[in-house]
This record gives sequence, C-alpha cells and structure tokens, in this order.
Amino acid sequence: MRIRYSFMLGAALTTPAFAADINIKVEIPQLNVAEYHKPYVALWIENGDQAFVRNLAIWYDIKKRNDAGTKWLKDVRQWWRKSGRDLKMPVDGISGATRAPGVHEVSFGGAKYDLNSLPAGQYTLVAEAAREAGGREVVRVPFQWPPKAAQSAQAKGDHELGAISVQLKP
Amino acid sequence: MLKPSFTRYAAALGASLMLTLPIAAHAHRAFLLPSTTMAENAGAVVTFDSSATEELFLPEHAVPLGTVTVDGPGHARPQPENTWNGKQRSSFELKLPEAGTYRISLFNDSLNAMYKVDGQMKRWRGDADSFAREVPADAQDLNVMQMQGRNETFVRVGDHAGKTEWTTSGKGIEMTPLSSPVELLVGDTTSLRFTLNGKPAGDLAVTVIRGGNRYRDALGEITLKTDHDGKVSIKWPAAGMYWIGASTGRPPHGETGTLAKPLVRASYSATLEVLQP
Repeated sequence: MRIRYSFMLGAALTTPAFAADINIKVEIPQLNVAEYHKPYVALWIENGDQAFVRNLAIWYDIKKRNDAGTKWLKDVRQWWRKSGRDLKMPVDGISGATRAPGVHEVSFGGAKYDLNSLPAGQYTLVAEAAREAGGREVVRVPFQWPPKAAQSAQAKGDHELGAISVQLKP
Repeated sequence: MLKPSFTRYAAALGASLMLTLPIAAHAHRAFLLPSTTMAENAGAVVTFDSSATEELFLPEHAVPLGTVTVDGPGHARPQPENTWNGKQRSSFELKLPEAGTYRISLFNDSLNAMYKVDGQMKRWRGDADSFAREVPADAQDLNVMQMQGRNETFVRVGDHAGKTEWTTSGKGIEMTPLSSPVELLVGDTTSLRFTLNGKPAGDLAVTVIRGGNRYRDALGEITLKTDHDGKVSIKWPAAGMYWIGASTGRPPHGETGTLAKPLVRASYSATLEVLQP
C-alpha cells in the first residue's frame, strides 16, 4: 500500500478547528471476470488505535426486495465486526446503492457526520470492498484531524479497490 | 489381450429431487467434491458431496443428485450408495472396484419456467412431465428455460492412471482432460478440452478458482478462453482443490422459450486437486 501526503500550508490558520469537511475519492476498478457484481463498499473512520469512530458510507444492494441485500453486509468483514452488525439498515445518510467501476467522489460535512466533535489527533479513513463471487480488500488512509490547512492523502488497493484519496478542508 | 472396456453407469435418482436447487443459483458455484482424489487400494470407498456455494468448497445449497454417471476402468459398475439429500448438500459413496482413474459425473437436466397468472409472476421448476401437470395451460408471458448442469470430479485408485480417454454423451458442456487429471503438481500445465453438445466449444470462458477463498482476500480467479478446438491449458500456481467452471451464460434478455423449444443454459464444473511437488 503506497501512501502519499501533501500539505498545502499557508491557508488560513485562523479558521476554527471545529468545522471541517472530508472529501473522498473512491476508485472501483474494472475487472475482467466471468461473473461480475458491483462490490459492497464501506467507508469509515478509525482512531489511532484502530478503534471504530464514525461511519461515513455503506454501499450495498439497497433496492433488493424485502431488504434481502442486507444478507451480504457481513461479507464486508472488518466493517461488519467493527460496526455493521450493530446497525439497523438502512441508516440515513450512510446507506447508499452500489456503484459501478470508475472514480466516485463523495463529500462528508463535519457537522452532519459529527466529525467536528472528534478530539484532535491521528485518524484513518478505512475503505473496504467485498464483491459477490469475488474478492475483498481493505485500504487505509491516515490523516490528521482537524486539518489546520487543506490536506490530502492517498493509498491504493491491489485488486478490489483502486486509489482512495482523502481531501480535508478546514 | 482384451482391452478393458469403459463402463458407464447412470443412476436416475428421481426427478422429485430436482426441486431443491435455488433459483438464484447463478451467483453460486456448483461442485462435486471427492473425499480423496487418490485412493490406495481397489475396493476403496470414496464420498462425494454436491453443493453450490460462494465459499469453495463449503456447502451452502444442495445440488440434487440427478443422474450420476461413473466412467471407470474395468467391467464393474459401482453404484452410488448411502445417498443422502440435505438442504445444504447431497452426498453419496462409491466403492471403486479396480485400479485406474474414474470420472464421476453428476448431471441435472431440468426446466425452469416463469409465467403470469392474473398478473402475478410465478416461478416453476421441474421436468417435461411435471410441466403439463403443474403449469396452467392459460399461463401468460410464459418463458421456459432448460438448465443442463454437469458437475464432475476424478478419482484414481492405485498408483497408475490407466486409461485417460473418456466417453461423451453429447449433452450440454463436457470436458475431456488431455492427460491424467489426478496427481497434478504445482507448476504443471494441464490441458482440457471442452465440448458443447458434442462439438468443440471454442471461445468458451473457463474460470479457475482455488478452494479456500473464505480465508484469503483476493479470489485470484484465472479466466481463460478455449481455442477453436475447445482446448485450454492451465498452469497450476499453488496447491489446493480447484474449481474449474464454464457456462454458456444466460440467454439474451428479451428472448423467450417454450416447452417445445426452451432457451438453454448449459454449465459445467470439475473439481481437480493440485499437490505440492
């Protein structure tokens, strides 16, 4: 897993630390396989001890009749152990439909996702993908919170996820 | 000297068993798994489990024991014994009477239908006989599909492969190993030849997956295409029990089949074991 940081310093350092947003780009790779289903993807935040902190998104087969798509949420294994099994789906603002191969940009407001109350420190954005009749992969992108300046970090998956990049805006 | 003739044994275990395969079986991989691929002595008993699963080879949905055919070395006709039909798997045992290589084949030939009665969508599964009894004559938007599923594996008794030629039935997808399919080693290359309804199945997608995918993140499937003669070569990357699958795929959307001329979907799997050299 490659990790790259770039800090753009010199932005307004006087901005209050308690209002910031997270932008995430999730790349779902095109795969040449006999049987392809769009992957289930979870995005969440962990603290420096790898303990679960906040959910950002879970993309699953949300439209299947009788909520049948929830059956495979457990295949997103790390997310399931850390948070998923305690949730009653769907969760407002978190649940979403699966997405096709390509780069998907999603934004999470600090206020809406209760990120502004997080104590300052080291955190990790975790992206996990699990594909029916396919594989599974977890990608971790560390970042500092709250951002004192615009900040971006990126990591790359090998098979089920492409580049995952995190942009923070104070 | 008299050459040993191939023996084939077909056991029709009852069409009523065909009702248990889940409708959404396309998302699962059907298999026939032997308790061993190498039995030491003539007369050894080997168990076979049949199921369809996403986590190879853990049973999830039973594949019914439609027709079991044993193509083996001698004149004996081993019959399935202790057959058992569960919700998650079907099982039987075979007592293999002579040294040599056996192909054990499970074939399920069934019909699926979708239709509407009073605007309500219905699904049905059975055979041509039960179709007449169970599907109403005034069914609307009828669409009939024939499913030809074949799941096979190979077991050797003793140290020598014996014959490695195999008979074909000409029904659905079949596979002929071009060398011994037992005692395969990592680094070996094995060539297989596929036919569809008895003719070379060219340009057929063949998927190769090592079992135990529950315990690793990357599925690591190998996707191959047969050449014009239906041949494909696999170089074994690691030891394990392998699932080799092929299918004609679902017929194009919008096409409809009837009882006289159903749409056809043929699928195939073989379970082969690869050992450490």
